[in-house]
Amino acid sequence: MKYLLEIHDLHAGIAGKEILHGINLCIPKGEIHAIMGPNGAGKSTLGAVLSGHPDYVVTSGSISFAGKDLLAMSPEERSWAGLFLSFQYPIEIPGVSITSFMKAAVNARRKAAGELELSPAQFLKLLKEKMSLVGMKGEFARREVNVGFSGGEKKRSEIFQMAMLDPVLSILDETDSGLDVDALKIVADGVNSLHSPQKSALVITHYRHLLDLVKPDIVHVLKGGRIVAEGGMELADRIEKYGFEGIDG
Amino acid sequence: MAEEKDILAAAVSKEYSEGFVTDIEQEFIPKGLNEDIIRLISAKKDEPAWLLDFRLDAFRKWRQMTPPAWGHLSRLPKIDFQDIIYYAAPKKDEERPKEIDPALQETFDKLGIPIREREVLAGVKSKVAVDAVFDSVSVSTTFRKTLAGMGIIFCSFSEAVREHPDLVRKYLATVVPVGDNFYAALNSAVFSDGSFCYIPKGVKCPMDLSSYFRINASGTGQFERTLIIADEGASVSYMEGCTAPMRDENQLHAAVVEIIVEKDADVRYSTVQNWYPGDAQGRGGILNLVTKRGLCRGENSHLSWTQVETGSAITWKYPSTVLMGDNSSSEFYSVALTGNFQQADTGTKMIHIGKNTRSRIVSKGISAGHSENSYRGLVRINPGAVNARNHSQCDSLLIGSECGAHTFPVIRNSSPSAIVEHEATTSRISEDQLFYCNQRGISPDDAVGLIVGGYAREVLSRLPMEFAVEAQKLLSVNLEGSIG
Repeated sequence: MKYLLEIHDLHAGIAGKEILHGINLCIPKGEIHAIMGPNGAGKSTLGAVLSGHPDYVVTSGSISFAGKDLLAMSPEERSWAGLFLSFQYPIEIPGVSITSFMKAAVNARRKAAGELELSPAQFLKLLKEKMSLVGMKGEFARREVNVGFSGGEKKRSEIFQMAMLDPVLSILDETDSGLDVDALKIVADGVNSLHSPQKSALVITHYRHLLDLVKPDIVHVLKGGRIVAEGGMELADRIEKYGFEGIDG
Repeated sequence: MAEEKDILAAAVSKEYSEGFVTDIEQEFIPKGLNEDIIRLISAKKDEPAWLLDFRLDAFRKWRQMTPPAWGHLSRLPKIDFQDIIYYAAPKKDEERPKEIDPALQETFDKLGIPIREREVLAGVKSKVAVDAVFDSVSVSTTFRKTLAGMGIIFCSFSEAVREHPDLVRKYLATVVPVGDNFYAALNSAVFSDGSFCYIPKGVKCPMDLSSYFRINASGTGQFERTLIIADEGASVSYMEGCTAPMRDENQLHAAVVEIIVEKDADVRYSTVQNWYPGDAQGRGGILNLVTKRGLCRGENSHLSWTQVETGSAITWKYPSTVLMGDNSSSEFYSVALTGNFQQADTGTKMIHIGKNTRSRIVSKGISAGHSENSYRGLVRINPGAVNARNHSQCDSLLIGSECGAHTFPVIRNSSPSAIVEHEATTSRISEDQLFYCNQRGISPDDAVGLIVGGYAREVLSRLPMEFAVEAQKLLSVNLEGSIG
């Protein structure tokens, strides 16, 4: 298996409107790819389709993930198989602590893999370790999921959850937007520290700052629902200087 | 939104694991209700004349009354009171009258209710004394002797009538008068057993007390009576649970609970109501028509109600407090979950009479399937209730689009110095919340359980530990399949 993720001629949309008009994208194991593109290009749609959001409908094309037909899997099955989406707008779940939420997530995944649930002590150890990775204090574990979180806290919490679930493919949907320099560094450090030759990441962004820190192997430019250019960091440089105008393959 | 698929709108399908029937020889009295039946019940229990008179008086009052029709309960059937058996009891082994029938032992084992002290002492179960009621009789009360050493009386109602008639007579129907309402009058006429608890002056009850009610026989109703008295400076935590077999018929449960809290005393009353709710098509289920009321009689007395209502086809229940003593206080914490075709009309009344009395109401309704879930509450501040305070919070959570949530709060404030506040919210479990959980690997059923548990957390956290775990489980199980 050469590629962890293989997307072929993907057409997808929402509420009867096609947004992605034939995407082809392959990510080999161990590589970090970036997707850049202007507003409305379909970047978040791609993240939503990959993670199986029920509002999005795939009209044609195929996606293979770790050799399996991704489109035949439910959102939770995709998660169990190691796909993680860092949400652009993380959702509040009032009354549910980060600890309970993560316990449910980690153990659901272990159960799906035929493993025993973690003991409370094992879980606590994991929780503390990953919290320190993103600079979260003890009190964070007791907070209600995303309730009253600042923008930066929400994004750090997403990276923390990513670290807890240790995915093989991490999709970061504009995790960098609205972050200050320090928070951006925490996010990048998180991504880098989780990276290994067995794992891949897809970083969706408007800006190159995050890319400077995570150093993607390939940059794809998504425009009007199509991949219009592919290249290295020089593509990100060009976009930084001249914008997305004039990049159309 | 996905076009054809509203993932939040499917019927609730429940696994009711307590729906089994115990095969045991039982004695029944003929069905129907008249003075002879009442005399027969009283005779079965060898009751003193004053109690028979009490029953007959209640029966005569009941015959003049009509069932209340104000509940938002369109599925409450017209009950044929002549078609019910009012007394059913497991037959005693005549050679060993003191022994618990192995079939009963097995039943309560299966339900996880420790009816033998040694199970508790061995540390398998949490430290709790249990009065176990099976159909019309109490079959076992544990730790009676241990508690008696501290002056605490904890026994079945029938035993209390025999052994402590003065106490029973002094307090019975002082909080819920015989003619209070249609179902309370019915209960007063035909009640068969229940729990009695008296905590003497200054005694803090060292263990949780609990009553467990089990309906087993078909064609019967259960009419239990609970009377709890906390004397000056006493305190007790009381828990109540219940289950019944799955049947296509409706079965009536009309209980009365009275609580008297004297000066400086503290009572916490917790209920996890898990009567059979009926099937997915709305067939069968318990009609739970219950009157519960406490009287904070003394200064600084305190009564806290916590209820988790997940069962019953119909729930009509308003645990209430009369705040008579100055500086007395009370809380009502409620989670009511309805799925399929269940209907619940539940809430509380807080009647402020004394000065500086305080009450707090937190009601969390959860409706799924085709169910109807109503909060009905009354906060009344009498003219003498100087500086009284009430805060009410009524939240509704809707799952799917076929269910209903309603709130009927009434505030009657006759005290200018009182402060009464009411807040209400209605929300839905959003698709985004579900998807967020699913993306993290949490299945739709587990996600609903998690989200609902979070919503109800403020109430669940009030329950004794073991009860809280049980309640959380019930909420999840009862919502399984509520999204498709």
